[in-house]
Amino acid sequence: MKEPPGGQDVLSDQNDNMKGRPSEPDAEDMIEQQPQSSTKARGPDAAALDEARLRQQAIGVRLRQMFDEVVNEPVPDEFLDILRRADKSAETE
Amino acid sequence: MVDRSERDPALDKAFKNELVTLIPHLRAFARTLCGDATAADDLAQDAMMKAWDARNSFQMGTNMKAWTFMILRNQFYSEKRRSWRQSQLDQEAAERTLVAVDDPEAPVALDELRLGLGMLPPEQREALILVGAGGFAYEEAADICGVAVGTVKSRVSRARRALQSILEDGAYDRDGGAAGDAMRTILAQAERLSTVR
Repeated sequence: MKEPPGGQDVLSDQNDNMKGRPSEPDAEDMIEQQPQSSTKARGPDAAALDEARLRQQAIGVRLRQMFDEVVNEPVPDEFLDILRRADKSAETE
Repeated sequence: MVDRSERDPALDKAFKNELVTLIPHLRAFARTLCGDATAADDLAQDAMMKAWDARNSFQMGTNMKAWTFMILRNQFYSEKRRSWRQSQLDQEAAERTLVAVDDPEAPVALDELRLGLGMLPPEQREALILVGAGGFAYEEAADICGVAVGTVKSRVSRARRALQSILEDGAYDRDGGAAGDAMRTILAQAERLSTVR
């Protein structure tokens, strides 16, 4: 995991321990720190980069969520029925 | 009838079991291509049966998910080519589905993400979905789409930038909704998601 340069505070240690997924603590830290520390410490360019990365991460999270929503839907019986029928006809051939 | 006498029943069983685990993913991918949920399930069923019929040509142990996605994608585009009107209908169906939300509790931003996705060129949308949501490596996505890895990479990065600016400028096809609202909602939800988990 990449530590964002500078601007880390006590919060981030706690967050790292609490979360299993490597990419998200960064995003959350940046959300929390965005307005103050990172902007001042590293100038507007670095802040803009952080911001852009943060936005991309957020879009990525939503994108996966959108996809997973369908993945997690129960599969209509039709699918398994069709497959079962096909399997049966393969057996009797 | 095709002679399958040399086919090992245990092999068929293993193939079938793995295929069944892929059905949810095929449905999700089909949904992103078709928009319309019913058409998407028809497509996913066709792809599932095509995969089953072609099981003799699949090598167990290789990436079945990528293989079935490729079958589904080919099926989608060959059906589309068959009738020029189809693309017109797909577009209308996609717009209806993109605007309609099945779950009234669904967050607004997801809706807007769908709208934003709908505005991307199809090849960029597809690349972004395979890599960004389907969990495929660039190489696998390149195989699925039948293009070079570099092409997939550039499509994904262009799609990401375009999607971000669509969401930030509020340029999605919908009246009302102040500029930047969609992005703000997405940011807020990402934050909430990462706190909940």
